[in-house]
Order: sequence, then structure tokens, then C-alpha cells
Amino acid sequence: MFKPLPDRRDRTVTVTIEGRSVTVPEGQTVAAAVLAADLDSCRTTAVSGSPRAPYCMMGLCFDCLMEVDGVPNTQACLTEVRDGMTIRRQQGARKVTP
Amino acid sequence: MKTYDAAVVGGGLVGAALAYGLARRGLSTAVVDEGDVAYRASRGNFGLVWVQGKGLDFTPYADWTRASAEAWAGFARELLELTGVDVAHRQPGGLEICVTEKDYAERADELARLAEQTEGRFEYEMLDARALAELVSGASEALAGAAFCPHDGHANPLSLLRALHQGLALSGGTYLPEGPVTEVRSEGASFALVTRGGVISAGRVVLAAGLGSTALAPALGLAAPLRPNRGQILVTERVAPFLNFPTLDLRQTAEGSLQLGGTHEDVDYDDGATGAAMTAIAKRAVTAFPFLRSVRVVRGWGALRIMTPDGAPIYDVSERHPGAYLAACHSGVTLAAVHAERLAAWIAGADPLPEVRPFSARRFHVQAAA
Repeated sequence: MFKPLPDRRDRTVTVTIEGRSVTVPEGQTVAAAVLAADLDSCRTTAVSGSPRAPYCMMGLCFDCLMEVDGVPNTQACLTEVRDGMTIRRQQGARKVTP
Repeated sequence: MKTYDAAVVGGGLVGAALAYGLARRGLSTAVVDEGDVAYRASRGNFGLVWVQGKGLDFTPYADWTRASAEAWAGFARELLELTGVDVAHRQPGGLEICVTEKDYAERADELARLAEQTEGRFEYEMLDARALAELVSGASEALAGAAFCPHDGHANPLSLLRALHQGLALSGGTYLPEGPVTEVRSEGASFALVTRGGVISAGRVVLAAGLGSTALAPALGLAAPLRPNRGQILVTERVAPFLNFPTLDLRQTAEGSLQLGGTHEDVDYDDGATGAAMTAIAKRAVTAFPFLRSVRVVRGWGALRIMTPDGAPIYDVSERHPGAYLAACHSGVTLAAVHAERLAAWIAGADPLPEVRPFSARRFHVQAAA
């Protein structure tokens, strides 16, 4: 659905999105990488469990929460991709363990 | 000129609950509200329905608070049935965490006195560190313990404000966002309220404008000796339910967010937020529940409590101008159930409500007490 604009940056990094290895331009956000990878949703909500995708892309709507390198509820639109990064959907509410 | 049986000045939790109750009793009722420029304690509220500790050395306040907590479940059901708004009321009992042995001893002493003064009507239990850890997993072993009160609970204050306003509208009430009311004066058998939208006439007038009531009260022969007291609150990301009991400064909302709060600051009318207070709030939460260290804070704010000299509500009817009433308190959520039911019945003239007499502002006048 989303296609990247022609980008003069030729450097790329490789990340893993839901187990799939994806090569993306350096400097991109995780949310942009996830959209370009055609992931149908990035999380399910904490209350009703309904699927969501990145929306505002500027850190306000909190709809792009994902698990990035094991850190839950990370705002994907405010996080830059890094080589070797592991990106997974946020499944419902974050669990905190007493 | 718009004419009503009753006009309520202030559309926060206190004013909306009273107006809702008056409209339910068949009075044509208008709420005159200042709108979003108001200080609006109701939008900064922590959301506790809290009984423990309130009314020490002032038993009528202890009994009034407990009566509201007991009426709350039915009140929430009534609002849900009428408006479809679920205010997320839960009453599992509540905890006040005691960090040090000194805190614990002081709390135990206070609550023992409160139970004695109320002849056992106020119920509580002191939990030592082990009992607390058994009740709430994740509580720090370094804590001294906690006070548990089965009357305590919590609700969503924003949903409550919305439900009251919807309930008012569905009961035939009128919302007039035409405040601030700059003047209220007695005109024979009725009252005239001067607003931005013109003059409103009402047979009864209720000042429920929070801190704004202070300036309006004297012309009606009433007194509202109120001061702002700032509280700051932090909200975290939503996490899976783990905390079954609200505490005085930490509760988990129905949606999973944690609310952390509890500052008491005398900073006049500054309702801002400060780094120092936010740090202190976060530290207190992590002291009680160390595993919360990794949980993210996503929002924070300051809001002004409406504080009376002794912390208890002021309810008054004017001697000079019968029909003019005042209601002021910092417990708009806790007391919403008795405000909508019993206090509204008193203002409507349907109930003499002798329990309300001790709450007159005359208790602050040295001569009246002598």
C-alpha cells in the first residue's frame, strides 16, 4: 500500500519485523518501515484488543505502539531503525510482573 | 429573561451533581458554567471514592462521606441506566500505604480515634508488611504496611462529569455555557444572575463554582472561605490489570493506566506542573511497588483543589436571602452520590436534612462557636 519516495540515501539497515527480515533505508522510523513492509497492523489495543496501525506519525496518538528489541509499548514513529533490530506487534496491554 | 426554578452556578462535579438531582426532582434547572477557561478541578481529579481518614474530629463529615460511598454503587447504576455512561465505579476497599514504622503508628492511631469517634461505623484494618504483600503482589517488602478500609473505591471522574451532564439534559435541565457569573443578587422572591449571555432569573440559586464561589457569596449573605491547593498527577501507559485495590496515591484505571498522584501544594492559583513534584510522585510509587520502575509515564498535570479551612465541605443556606445556597468541597467524586440525592433534596425543599447543619461556614466564626 505504501511506497517509499525516491531516496538519495543509499545506506540501508536490516531489521526483523514479525520474524521477517526487511531491508530499510537508514534513518527511517520503525513506523515507516512497518508501513512499507505492509504489516496489516502494528498492535492490538489494551482495552478491546482491536487491531491498529500507525496513524499520526508524530508521537501524539500512541496508536503505533510496538515491541522493539523486547521493549513493550515503544512508539514506533519516534524510534529510528537500527541494524539488527527486532520489531514485533504489541499484543494488547503490556504485562508488568510484580 | 430566562427564568428557572433553580440556577446552579458552576458545571463541575459538585454543580452538575446538584443540578442533576434538582432536575430529577422536577425543578426546572439551569447550570451556568464558565466553560473551558475555568480552573475546573473536576477535570484534574484523581477519581477516588475515599472514606478512610476523613472526618477525624468532625464526625458528621465521616458519616456523610461513608453515606456517599455506600450510595455510590446504586448511583453509578442509575447513571448507567439513564445515560448509558459507565463511570467505572469499583469498591474493592482501598489502601493507604505506610512507608515507615512511624507512618504506620501514626495512621493506626488516627484511624483508631476515627473508629472510636464514629462508634465503630468507620471500619478499617491495619495490615503489616506481610499481610500487605499477601493482599497486593509486588508491594515492596521494605514498607511498614498499610491501612485498609472496605468503604473505599474509585471511579472515572471524567466519565462521571459527562454522565451527570447527560443525566441533567435527559432530566429536562439546561446547560448554559454563559459564565462567568459576575453578580448574583436577590430581587424579592427570586435571584438575578448576571452572565455574559444576559440576566437569568431563578427562584433558588446554588453557588457551586468552586474557588469562584468566594467572590459571589457575600452579596447573598453567604461565606466561602476557600483556598486553592494544588495536586499533581502522573499517568502511565496502559498495562495489564495487576492492582486490585486503589491506594491513596496510586490506582489502576479500568483501561489499565496507572494514575500516580498526591501532592498538596500551596501555590496560590498556579495550576501548572513541576519537575520536582513529578519526580517525588514517581519515587513514591516506585518505593511502594519497585517493579513499576520500567513503566512509562505518558501524561502529567496540576489542578487546584477547592480547600476549606478544615478540609470538610461547606453547605449553607443564606439566612438573609433564603433560597440562596452554597456547596463547596474538594471531594466532588466521593460525595457525588449524596450531592445528587440528599443535598439536592435539601435544596429542593423536600428534606430538612438536619445532618447538613454542622457543615455551615458558621463553624469557622469564632463568635458563633463561643
